[in-house]
Parts: sequence; structure tokens; C-alpha cells
Amino acid sequence: MLEIKNLHADVEGKAILRGINLTIQPGEVHAIMGPNGSGKSTLAHVISGRDGYDVTEGEVLYHGKNILEMEPEERAGEGVFLAFQYPVEIPGVTNTTFMKEALNSIRKYRGEDELDAMQFMKVIREKTKQLGVSNDMLKRAVNVGFSGGEKKRNDILQMAILEPSLAILDETDSGLDIDALKTVADGVNLLRSPENATLVITHYQRLLDYIVPDFVHVLAKGRIVKSGDKTLAQELEKKGYAEFTDQAA
Amino acid sequence: MKQDNVMTTPFVSQYDNLKQALPGYSQPWMTTLRDRAMESFTQAGLPTQRRESWKYTNLRGLQQLELTERALEPQPISIDRAPSLLPEGTAHRVVFVNGGFRPDLSDLAGLPEGVIVGSVADLAEREPQRVEALLAAHSDVEDQPLVALNTAFMRDGLLLELEAGRKLDRVLEVIHVNSAENGVFAHNARNLISLGAGSEATILEHHTGLNGTAYYINAANDMTLAEDATLRHYRIQAEGTNAVHTSTMNGHLSGNSFYDGYTLSIGAALSRNETNMKLTAAGARCHLNGGYLMRDKQHCDTTTVVDHLSPQTSCREVFKGVLDDRSRGVFQGRIVVHPEAQQTDGHQLNKVLLLTDTAEINAKPELEIYADDVKCSHGCSAGEVDHDALFYLRSRGLSETSAKALLIQAFLAESVSEIGKEELQDLFLEKISDWLAI
Repeated sequence: MLEIKNLHADVEGKAILRGINLTIQPGEVHAIMGPNGSGKSTLAHVISGRDGYDVTEGEVLYHGKNILEMEPEERAGEGVFLAFQYPVEIPGVTNTTFMKEALNSIRKYRGEDELDAMQFMKVIREKTKQLGVSNDMLKRAVNVGFSGGEKKRNDILQMAILEPSLAILDETDSGLDIDALKTVADGVNLLRSPENATLVITHYQRLLDYIVPDFVHVLAKGRIVKSGDKTLAQELEKKGYAEFTDQAA
Repeated sequence: MKQDNVMTTPFVSQYDNLKQALPGYSQPWMTTLRDRAMESFTQAGLPTQRRESWKYTNLRGLQQLELTERALEPQPISIDRAPSLLPEGTAHRVVFVNGGFRPDLSDLAGLPEGVIVGSVADLAEREPQRVEALLAAHSDVEDQPLVALNTAFMRDGLLLELEAGRKLDRVLEVIHVNSAENGVFAHNARNLISLGAGSEATILEHHTGLNGTAYYINAANDMTLAEDATLRHYRIQAEGTNAVHTSTMNGHLSGNSFYDGYTLSIGAALSRNETNMKLTAAGARCHLNGGYLMRDKQHCDTTTVVDHLSPQTSCREVFKGVLDDRSRGVFQGRIVVHPEAQQTDGHQLNKVLLLTDTAEINAKPELEIYADDVKCSHGCSAGEVDHDALFYLRSRGLSETSAKALLIQAFLAESVSEIGKEELQDLFLEKISDWLAI
């Protein structure tokens, strides 16, 4: 469903991604691991459409469509979801307002009817129950005054509501204690299905104990230098990235 | 400071012709008051940018209105419905059309005893001494050429007087409808508000103009709050896009009285809202808040002067501006803490979102503190819509336009939440979302 072909991207004239090739099929969980500065977050941002990145070569096809030409909101409509490393605080906008507008935008994009307030609240009740999170979060301004764990849980709740077909978790584990990490991982696992795929971007193997990947890729200096199964993650945990950074250079 | 000001001329030259037809001519005190005001206006002229307090706002635009000889005469228009913002039967209503009171469109049934609501012109005929007293309460104000101009030509406006201890439970909706469909006009609305000790009232005042027509509104408001009185005063300035609107509010606040003000400015080619508050005794508090949303080449000036004249007085100001296209905002916030005003608490904030590179804000906070035991702060900022927040919203499916609108709405909501009468907040938020939807 996702095909990344020879993707090159620059940030302010500096080459960060230098030829990424990656194919993800429905139902699969892929993990991308790598040292700081290897291009992990850049890859997540380029797929989701953040500006400030110059794609100089290659393409990203999602369900056969070239998504690099799409606006971020169109990619969201196609089913791409990015869980942020640092979810943004938005004072004055409540989670409910935000999620209702988001869900209806996406439904509209898919040619579905928009939900009214009642129908939307039904979705909310169902999803909060499913994830075991409190409704209080919804009445509060988006991420304002949230702890690190609450922010990540909020992202997962958004994911549950928007039902994306591809979830990209960009260092979702950063800054989380083990309990928060488990809650987030449980949420992600709950939402897994044979139709959906997940791309987990992480520095540490820890998260992969809870979200078990089918494939692990090592990213170094803008290229995937090694791919394997979940045992690769454990190997990395023992040996570190030194071997790969040397190899990529 | 005699000035040769071409824009002053039409007003000065009209005065002698018109004065006999102005309300209250039969009252010698009134004519003396007008004559003096005209003299003072003639001396000072319309304010120009040479005046420090008018540095960023230029009234030259008035020239383009081409005010004719007839402009200062009443210009009634036919209208059979007032654009009320509140459900029928929930508010007292006073309607002015092109400056003239319209009893047929107003609804003043069921006013409590001890509460007078009506037209200044009307009262000037029936109870001239009442109007004289209300006007005299602010006669100490000097060097306000626009108020002098208003005094010389004023015909009508809102009169609100509450006896001690009276409470107006319903909102008083004051509607000003303006249209120059019968020719360009200028009018000088004079609103006189006096709240007796411990009395309480809420005013929702809105100015609506028909788009495309050009006119000049020069309003002056005299407000007096006795001990423990509370006035909640919420305003929407939505004049026609070619109009010029200047408003001067002068307030006297006695001990433990409270003024809660909010002004939303969205209309007029050029507008200036000037508020001067004198906090004269301990416990007097004023909240001056507002929002301004400008586009095209609109210009909006918000000027506040708060004089802390007694110990233990406080003021709080929260203004939020959104400037699009080539529009321009001015914010001048002056807080003067006089030597005797110990334990003053002053807080001022003006934040602006610039939606384009060509929009402009001139912000000038001024704190003048002559006492040593005071708490005063001010903050000013101007910036663009937060890029990270914008991407966050878009990554969840919101279009760029809706994401921006949501962020702007949230930005302004911070000032709207200052409105003390919470049930009126939604009405202001709605006006804001209407503006964003265009």
C-alpha cells in the first residue's frame, strides 16, 4: 500500500534522505530505527507533507497515488496519520471541536456524510471506551497543560477516531515513562487490523517490546542500511548503531 | 494652537447656519455650551498626526467623504426593522437610525422603576435640567477636539440613568443603524450614562452600516459610575466599509465601582475607539478589552487612557487583533498611576496576528508611574499564525483555510472570554466566525 522509491530529500540545501526504498503491505508493522540525525523524523514528515523539505528525487506512492503532490490534509484524507514526536499545544481550541472538524473533513474527503454533534459524541464514547481513556481530555484545549503521556494518548485517541489506514508513529516513545509507553502501545495494538499498516519510528528497542514489528529497518545517514525481523532490533540494542554509521559513511 | 485644516472648515462653516435648528436651542445653557465647544473645536481643529495621541491615525479620509452642506442635518431613512442580536422579549431595546431615535423600533416596555432609558434629544425637551447635569459631569474634560465637535452638533443619543440600588436585569440592547442612501452625512451621537450607587446595568451596543455607503459617525460617551455601581458595556462596531467612525468614551469611576468593557471592531474604513477612564476612589476597577479584525485597507485605532487617581484601584486590558491584506491597526495603551495611587494593579496586553506581510500594527504601551507601591505589567506582541499548529491541524485533515480560521478564532477567543457576562460571549464568537467565513 505504501511504496517509497529512491526518495531523496533536502532540508535547507542539506541532503537528509539519500535514496530510501521501502514497501509496506496492509497488516504489516514496520519499525525504522537509527541514530539521531539519520533522517528518521524527516522521513515521517516527508510522508505526511510537512513543509520545509525539498524532495529532490524519487516518489512515494500510497495506494498507487503519488502523495508527494498532495496537501497534508489530502494525505490525511487518503488515510495517512502521523503521531507526533511533540504534539502541538493549541490554546483556545477544545479537543472536541478539533476532532469533530477533523473527522468531518476526512469523511467529506472520502465522500461520506458529515456527522452531527450527536453522532459524533457516539463515536467519541465508543473510542474512549475502547482505549480506556477519560472523556475529560476532550473538553480541554488541545494538549494545553497535558503531561507528556497525556499528549501521546491524545494523539492515539485522534488516531482511533480518524481510523487511518497507515499510522506513522514518530518517536512516540520519547519522553514517556514505562506506564505511559504501555498505554500508548496498547492503543496502537488495539487499532491494528489486517487492512492497516503501522510504521514505527524509534531510537530505542523498548517500544518494540510492546508493538512487535514484522520488519525492522536500520536507517543511517539517509539510507536504509539493513533490514530484518524483530531480532534485528534486539541485536541493535546490544551492539548500538556504530557498525551501521561507519558502513553508511 | 490655531490650525488651518481644510477638513475642519466644513464643520466650522456649518455651525452658525445650523445652530438654531439644533435640539435645546431654547435653553440658554445649551447654546452657551455649544458655542464654547465650537470655539474650542475651531481653535484646535480636527486632530492631526502632529498630535502625539494621533500619531498613527490620519483623519484625512474624511475629505474623501465630501461632506456637503446638508451633511450635518438629520438624514432619516426608511427602515421598518431593527437588526436585533438578541431574541425578542429578552432585552430592552433602543434603536437609532442615522443618529435619530426611533421609538417605533425600540422596546422599552417593562423598565423597572428608577431606571430611565431613552433619547437624549427627547429628554432635553422634557427634562432639560437632567441633561444639563449629565453633561456637566464631564465638563472638566479638555483638549478633546472630537468631543468638542460632538458637543457643538450633537442631536441625540442614548440616555441611561439608574437611581441608587436599581438593577437592570435584562440586557439593554442599543442598536445604531446607519446608511447614507439619501446622501453622505455626519452625525454626532452623544450617549449619557449615569449609574447611581450600587446600581447595575448591561449594555450590548452595536453599530451596523450598510456596505458601500460613506458617512461619518463621531460618537461621544459620558459615563459616570457612583460607588459600588457596575456597568457591563459590550460593543460591536460593524459600520459600512466606507464609513469613518470615531468614538470617545469618558468615564468616571467611584469607589468600588466596576466597568467591564469589550469592543469588537470589524467595520468602517477608518475607526478610532478612544477610552479615557478615571478611577477616582479606592476599589474602582475597569476592564477594557476588545478584538479588532481588519482586512483590505481598513484602519482601526484603539486608544485607552486609564488614570489611577486613588489608592487601590485596578485596571485590566486584553486586546487581540487580526490584520489581513493591507489593513492597519493602532494600539495605544496609556496607564497613568498618579502619586497618591498606591497599591494600583494594572495589567495590559495587546496581541496581534498579522496574516500578510503588508498588514501593519503600530503598538504603543505607555506606563507612567508616579507612585512606588504598584503592580503594573504590559505586553505587546505581533506574529503570524503558528506554523506547527497549522501543520498539526492539517495533518488531521483540516484544510488550510479551516485550520487557519480555527486558530484565529481561538486566538480571539482569549479576549472574548474576558467578557464578564458569559452568556453574551457566544454572540461575539459568532460575529468573529462570520468575519472569518468571508
